[in-house]
Amino acid sequence: MAADFPVALIPILGAALIPLLRGAARRAWMLLLPVAAFAWLLTVPHGMHGQVELLGQTLVLMRVDKLSLLFGYIFLLALLLSVIYALHDDDTVQHVAGMVYAGSALGAVFAGDLMTLFMYWELTAVSSVLLVWARRGERSAATGLRYVIVQLLSGLFLLAGGLLHWQEAGSLAFVHIGLSGTAGALILIGFGIKSAFPLLHNWLMDAYPEATPSGTVFLSAFTTKLGIYALARGFAGTEELVWIGTLMAAFPIFYAVIENDLRRVLAYSMNNQLGFMVVGIGIGSELAVNGAVAHAFADILFKGLLFMSMGAVLLRTGTIKGSELGGLYKSMPWTTGFCIVGAASISAFPLFSGFVTKSMIMSAAAGEGMLFTWLVLLFASAGVFHHAGIKIPYFAFFAHDSGIRCEEAPRNMLAAMALAAVLCIGIGVFPGALYALLPFPVDYEPYTASHVVAQVQLLFFSALAFAVLMRTGIYPPELRSVNLDSDWLYRIFLNGIWRHAASALDSARAALGAVIAAAATRLHARIYRHHGPEGGLARSWPTGSMALWVMTMLLAWLVLYYIP
Amino acid sequence: MIPTSDPKKYWLDDPDNVTRLYRGLWIVCGLLASIDLVLHRHEDFGFATLFGFHGAYGFFACVALVLAAKQLRRLLMRPEDYYDKDRHGR
Repeated sequence: MAADFPVALIPILGAALIPLLRGAARRAWMLLLPVAAFAWLLTVPHGMHGQVELLGQTLVLMRVDKLSLLFGYIFLLALLLSVIYALHDDDTVQHVAGMVYAGSALGAVFAGDLMTLFMYWELTAVSSVLLVWARRGERSAATGLRYVIVQLLSGLFLLAGGLLHWQEAGSLAFVHIGLSGTAGALILIGFGIKSAFPLLHNWLMDAYPEATPSGTVFLSAFTTKLGIYALARGFAGTEELVWIGTLMAAFPIFYAVIENDLRRVLAYSMNNQLGFMVVGIGIGSELAVNGAVAHAFADILFKGLLFMSMGAVLLRTGTIKGSELGGLYKSMPWTTGFCIVGAASISAFPLFSGFVTKSMIMSAAAGEGMLFTWLVLLFASAGVFHHAGIKIPYFAFFAHDSGIRCEEAPRNMLAAMALAAVLCIGIGVFPGALYALLPFPVDYEPYTASHVVAQVQLLFFSALAFAVLMRTGIYPPELRSVNLDSDWLYRIFLNGIWRHAASALDSARAALGAVIAAAATRLHARIYRHHGPEGGLARSWPTGSMALWVMTMLLAWLVLYYIP
Repeated sequence: MIPTSDPKKYWLDDPDNVTRLYRGLWIVCGLLASIDLVLHRHEDFGFATLFGFHGAYGFFACVALVLAAKQLRRLLMRPEDYYDKDRHGR
C-alpha cells in the first residue's frame, strides 16, 4: 500500500541526488522535495502503516494521527522555508545535511515504536552536527564535537530506557510511557536533553549560535521540537514536567538580558519558550497539550523568522554582537520589518501567532489553579518581550548608529522571511486554521476583550520599563563577553580535573620511574663489581696456580684415603 | 560593511523625535491602564482583576529582571576569549 512508504525517505533519499546537481537544477530539486513530501502526507490516511516484523517485534514506520501529522506539516513547512533561505548558498555539505536532518526529524515524528524512533533520533544528531561544522574553523569543530556528543548521549538514554521498557512492558510501541520505573526515567532524560531541560540545556546555547547563518535556521526548527513532540506523546500529564517547565521558562531570560551574541540571545529565548511547552505537557489537560503543541508549531515559525533575520545580519555585516551593531534599519529595512514581525509574534502581541498559542497554556495553568506557575509564566511573558521582542530588534537595527552600512539581505532570504512573517500573522489573525490541526478538539477563544487588554497592558508596560531603564542609563550595556553557564562544568571544571589528574599521574609515573632506575643502577653496579673486568669472580688465573690447586686436591684425597 | 558617511537624515536620528516617542509611550500606557476603570475583567485569579495589575506586573517584572541580570554579570561574566584561552593551555 502506498501509505506504507515512510515519508521521511523522500527528503533523505532525495538528498543523495543533491551533490550530483548544480545551479538551478539543484535549487529546483531542493524546493521540490519538501513540497512533494507535503503532498504525499496529505494523501496518507490515519493509522499504523509501514509495519515491519523484526526480532519478534512489530516496528511501525508510519504512525499517522493528528499529533504526528501536526509535527509532520510544520517540519515540512520549516524545511521549505529553510531551503528557500539557504538557496543563495552553494555549500553542498549544508544542503545535504539540512535535507537529511529534516527528513530524519520527520521520520522520528512518524515512528510508532521506540526502536525506529531511536534510529531516526541518532540520525538527526549525526546529520545536524554537519551544519555546525559547515561554519568551518577550529572553534566550530570543537563546538560541533561537544554538540554531537550530547546529542548521541540523548539517544543512548533513549536506547537504554527503550530496552528496559521492552523488557517490562513486553512491547516496543511508543505510546504513553509515564515516569514510573527506571525505563520511564531514562527515556525522560533522553527526551529532556533534546528539549533542553535545565542543566541538560547548554548544548543549545553552545552550538546554535556557532552554526552557519542558514544552518542555525535549520537547527532551530527540528531538534528541540522533536523533543517536545516526544514528551507530548510519552509523558503528557507528568506533574514533574510542570516544575521543570516553570524553571525553564524563567532562568534563561536572565541570561538573555546580559548576552551579547544576538543569536545566542535567541537560543536562550528558545529555551524559555520550550519551558512554556513543557509546562503545558506537564499539566496534561486537553487544552494544555493542545496549547503546548500549537506553541511548538508557532515557535518554529517565529523563532525561525528571528534566526533568519539575525542570520541575514551576520551574513551582511560579518558580526552578530550587540556591542558592534546598531542602526541597521537604514541599510536593511526589509529585514528590520520581518524581524519586528517575529519579535511581535514571540512576544504574543494580539494578532500575532504567539498570542493565540501561548494563551492556551496560560489559561490551562490558571484553570488548574497553579498560581505559582502562572505568575512565573506571566513574568516570563514580560521577560520574553523584553529580551527577544525588544532587545533583538533594538540592538541590531536601532540603538546608536554603529556606522555600518551594508546591502539588504539576498532576495531568497527576504522571500523566506516574508513567507514566515505572513504565516505568523496568518495564524494570529485566523487561529481557527491551526486549532483545527490540533490533536484534541478546541473549545477556546483567545480574543476576549479581557484577555487582549491584559496582554497589551503587560507588553506596553514592559516596553515602558525598557525605555525608562534605557533613558536613565540603568540598562546594562552590551559588552564583549561570555557568560558562564552549565557548560562551564565540562569545559572548565571537569576539564581541569582531567588535566590535574593527568599531571598527577604523570608525576607519579615519573617518581616510580626514578625509583626503578635507581634500583637498576645499584644492581648493575653490584654485578659489575663481582663480574666486571676487575671483579674477583671474573679474573683469569695463570696455569701454575691451576696445577698447584690440583696437587693440593690430590694430597687432600691421599690424606683422606689413609684416614680409616 | 565599510562605515561611510550617510548623507540621508532619518527621522529617528533627531533626538527630539526619540523623546517624542518616549513621551508617546507614557501616554499610551496611561490610556491602557485607564481601560481597567471601565472594562469588567474575567480572570481565574481574583487579584488579576485589580486595577493596573498586568501593567504593574509587566513593569516591575522587567525592572527586577534587568537589575537581577545586571548583578548576575558580576558572577558570570568572563572575557570573550575565556574558553579559547583555556583550550591552548593556561
